[in-house]
Amino acid sequence: MAAISDTTAHDPAAVRFAKQTANTLFSLLITFLGLLAVTFVIARVVPIDPVMAILGERASAQQIADLTQKLGLNDPIWQQFLIYVNSVFHGDLGVSIRTRDPVLGEIARYFPATLELSTLGILIGIVIGVPAGVLGATKPGSLRDQAVRLIGLMGYSMPVFWLGLMGLLLFYGHLGWVGGPGRLDSTYDMMYDFKVPAVTHMILIDTALAGEWDMFRNAISHIILPASILGYLSMAYISRMTRSFMMNELGQEYITTARVKGMPERRVVWVHAMRNVAVPLITVIALSYANLLEGAVLTETIFAWPGLGRYITDALLVADMPAVLGGTIVVGAVYIGINMFSDFLYRLADPRAR
Amino acid sequence: MSFLPFARKAGAVTLAALLLGTAPAALMAATPADTLVIAAAIDDIVSLDPAEAYEFSGLDVVNNTYDSLVEMDPISLQLMPGLAESWTVADDGVTYSFKMKSGLTFSSGNPVRAEDAAYSLIRAVKLNKTPAFILNQFGWTAETVDKMISAKDDTLTLVVSKPFAPTFLYNCLTSGVANIVDEVTVAAHDVGGDMGNEWLKNNSAGTGAYTLKSFKPNEGIILEMRPGYWRGDAKMKNVFIQHIPEAATERLQLEKGDVDIARALTPTDIAGLADNKDVTIAQDVGGQVYYLAFNQKNPNYTNAKFLDAMRWAVDYQGMADTIMKGAVIPHQSFLPQGYLGALDDLPYHLDIEKAKALVAESGIKDPKVTLSVRNAADRMDVAQSIQNTFGQAGITVELKVGEGAEQLKDYRARLHDATLQTWGPDYPDPNTNSSTFAENPDNSDEAKNTGYLAWRNAYDPGALTAQSQAAVMERDPDKRKALYEEIEKTHQETAPFILMFQQARNTGLRSNVKDFYTGGAVDLGASYWLATK
Repeated sequence: MAAISDTTAHDPAAVRFAKQTANTLFSLLITFLGLLAVTFVIARVVPIDPVMAILGERASAQQIADLTQKLGLNDPIWQQFLIYVNSVFHGDLGVSIRTRDPVLGEIARYFPATLELSTLGILIGIVIGVPAGVLGATKPGSLRDQAVRLIGLMGYSMPVFWLGLMGLLLFYGHLGWVGGPGRLDSTYDMMYDFKVPAVTHMILIDTALAGEWDMFRNAISHIILPASILGYLSMAYISRMTRSFMMNELGQEYITTARVKGMPERRVVWVHAMRNVAVPLITVIALSYANLLEGAVLTETIFAWPGLGRYITDALLVADMPAVLGGTIVVGAVYIGINMFSDFLYRLADPRAR
Repeated sequence: MSFLPFARKAGAVTLAALLLGTAPAALMAATPADTLVIAAAIDDIVSLDPAEAYEFSGLDVVNNTYDSLVEMDPISLQLMPGLAESWTVADDGVTYSFKMKSGLTFSSGNPVRAEDAAYSLIRAVKLNKTPAFILNQFGWTAETVDKMISAKDDTLTLVVSKPFAPTFLYNCLTSGVANIVDEVTVAAHDVGGDMGNEWLKNNSAGTGAYTLKSFKPNEGIILEMRPGYWRGDAKMKNVFIQHIPEAATERLQLEKGDVDIARALTPTDIAGLADNKDVTIAQDVGGQVYYLAFNQKNPNYTNAKFLDAMRWAVDYQGMADTIMKGAVIPHQSFLPQGYLGALDDLPYHLDIEKAKALVAESGIKDPKVTLSVRNAADRMDVAQSIQNTFGQAGITVELKVGEGAEQLKDYRARLHDATLQTWGPDYPDPNTNSSTFAENPDNSDEAKNTGYLAWRNAYDPGALTAQSQAAVMERDPDKRKALYEEIEKTHQETAPFILMFQQARNTGLRSNVKDFYTGGAVDLGASYWLATK
C-alpha cells in the first residue's frame, strides 16, 4: 500500500509539469530582471539629465541640487538599481515629467487602445495571411502564388508611415469610406466620457456594453483602416511563413500516402498538412502579434490613436524618461508574456514538446 | 480540426464589420454646428490650475476659463479693465488700489469679490508652482504676501516692494498666474492644504466665457460655454480641443472639415493649403526669438569688429523664406514684436563683402566658431546656412550637434563656444527679456547667475545692466518705452548675441471660422470666446 501511494505522490507527469512550471517562472524572472537592467542602463547612459529635463531652462542651482538629492542620483549606482527594481516590483514606474502623474496609471489608460488595435490587426493578418499562404503553397509558381508573394513583399517593404498616410488620403480623404484619425468623430468623442462607462478602456467593447450602437459603428469606421494596415503588415509575414511551412509539409510522405489513398485534396491540405503547419505557425503569429503591440508607434502617430506607442513617442520627444522607460518595461513584459503563451500553445499543439 | 470554416466565418464577420462601419462614416456631417473643433498638440499641459499652468496649451485654456484684474485686448494688445473697474497708484509708488467691478459672478454663481482677488494672488504665491516667480518679482513671497495683499469692501490693495514702473505690475497681472479663482469653490476642494490645486487640474472655477468640462491628458479638452459671461456670451457652445500632434494628419482633417482649426501645421502643409478655398490661413507672431550667442570666454568674441562681421554674415531673410518657410520672420532685437519698446527695424542683412572686410579689420586670422546646435531638423538647417554664409566670409564654422537638454547644461555652465538657441518671454512685460539679455550683475564664474543669458555668455553688459534696472522702475510709460529702445539698440550693436528671427504662427482655419485669435507675442493665450463659424 505504501508503495502505491508513493508512486502517486511522484507521478512523473505531475513532477514534470511542476518542474516545467518552475523552470518557466524562473526564466521569466531572469528575463524580466534583464529587461530592467537594460532599461536602467539606458536611463543612465542617454545624454539626458533627468534633473534638467524636469526643471528646464530657468532652474536655479539650489533647485538642481535639491532635486538631484530627491531623485537619489547621488547614491551609488548599484543602490539606485536596487531601489529601481524594488519600486518596479511594487508597481511604481515613476512619475511622468510632463504630466506629473504616475506612469503606471497612464499606461493603464493607453495600453487598452493599443491592445484593441493590434488584436484586430492580427486577426485580419491571420484571416487573410494563412489562406493566402496556403493558396500559394498548393500551386507554387502559379499566377496566384506570384500574386501572394508580390503582395506579401509589398507589405514587407513599404514603410508603415507612408502606407498609413496613403491609406488615409485615399480611403478617408478621397473616398470617404472610413472615419479619419482618432478613435471617434469629434461629435461622438465629446460625448464619449459622459455616455460610456470605462469598463475595459477598449472602445469597441465599452460602446457595445453601453449599448451605444451609433458610437460603436463610428468606432469601427475609425479603427478599420489602422487595423487593416497593421493587419496587412502581419499578413505579409504570416502568408510567407505559411507558404513555406505548407510547401515543406506537402512534400512529406504522409501527404503522398493520403493522396494515394484517395483523400480529397482539400482535406489533405487543410486537415492533414495544416495540423502540422499550425505548430510552427503559432510562434510566427505570436511574434507578429508582439510586434504589432510594440511596433504600432508610427501607425498610432498618424492615426492620432491614443495608444502606448504614441505615448512612448510623445514622451521621447520631450525627454520624459520615466514615461519612456515605463512604456518600454510594459512592452517588454508583454513580449515576454506572449512568448510564454506561445510556448504553452506550442506544447498543446505538438505532443512531442509536452 | 479544420481551418477553413473558421477562416470563412471570421472573414465574413470582418467584412460585415467593415461595411457596417463605413456606411455611417460616409454620411457623417462635419463638425457639430455649435462646437468649435480644434486640432492641436496639447501634450505640453501639466495642469489647468491658473497658478500652475505655464505651457502654451494650458495657458490657452486658462485664458478662456478665467479672467484677471487687468487684461490685454486680444486685438489691439492694449491694457484694458478685466475684473477690476479702475486702479490707482498712491504717491509712495508702492501701494496700488484696484476697484472691483460689481455684479460679476463666477461660473458657480458666487459673486466676484475683492477677497477672491486677494485669495487668488496669495494662493499662487504660496503654491509656488513654476509661474509664481512672476509674482515674486514684486516682493511677494510665502512669508510676506499676507501682509502685502489685502481686500476691503470692493477694493483690493497691493503693496509692492519697490516703486516699480506701474506698467510692469499691470503687464504681469495680465499673465495666467494672476487669474482670479472662486475662493469659496476652490477652498471647498482643498485636499491636505493643496488649496484645490489637484482639483483645479481637471476643473475650473473662474469667471471666463467657458468652463472646463473635461480634460484628458494627451487626448482632448472640452470647454462648455458659460451663459451670462460678463463680456457677452461666447458664440460657440462648446470648444473641443483634440490632441493631434501629426501635422499631415491635422491637415487632412482640416481639408475634410473634421476639424475647424488646425494649430500644429508645418510650413509645408501651409503651402499645400494655399489653393484650398475651404481653408484660410491666419498669420500671427509668437513670442519666441531665435538667436546666436557667443561665449566671451573666447577672446575673439570680445572683438567688436569680429562680432559685427558675423552680424553681416547671416542670411536673415533667405533663411526665413526658404529653410523656415514662413515659420519665422526676421527680427533683430531681443524684444519680440508687440512688446512695449520692441525695435522692429532690420538694420542687418547678408553682405558677404562687408563681413569679409570686417573680419580683416578685426585682425583675427582664420577665425573658427564651434556652434552648438540641437539635433532638430529646422535647427540643423539654420546652422548649416550659417556655416555656409560664415564660410563665404572667411569664418570656419564647426557644428557640434547634440541633444537639447544636454546642450542646455553646457550653456548654463558656460562651456559652449557659440550656440544657436531660442528664448520665449516669461510674462507680457519688456523686463522679461531685457533682464536676461541685457543684465548681468556679477560676471564671475562663482556667481552662477544661470538665469541671465548675458552671464551664460560671460558677457558683461556694462552700463546696460543699470539702464535695464532703471527701465523697470520708470513710471512714465513713454519714457519707459524710449529706455528699452535705447537698450536694445546698444545691445544689438555691441552684445555677443545675434538676434535673427521671431516665431511666426500659421493657423489653418475652415473658411467659415471667423474671429479666432491666437494671442500674438504678448498675450500668451488664444481667445476662443469671440470665434464664430
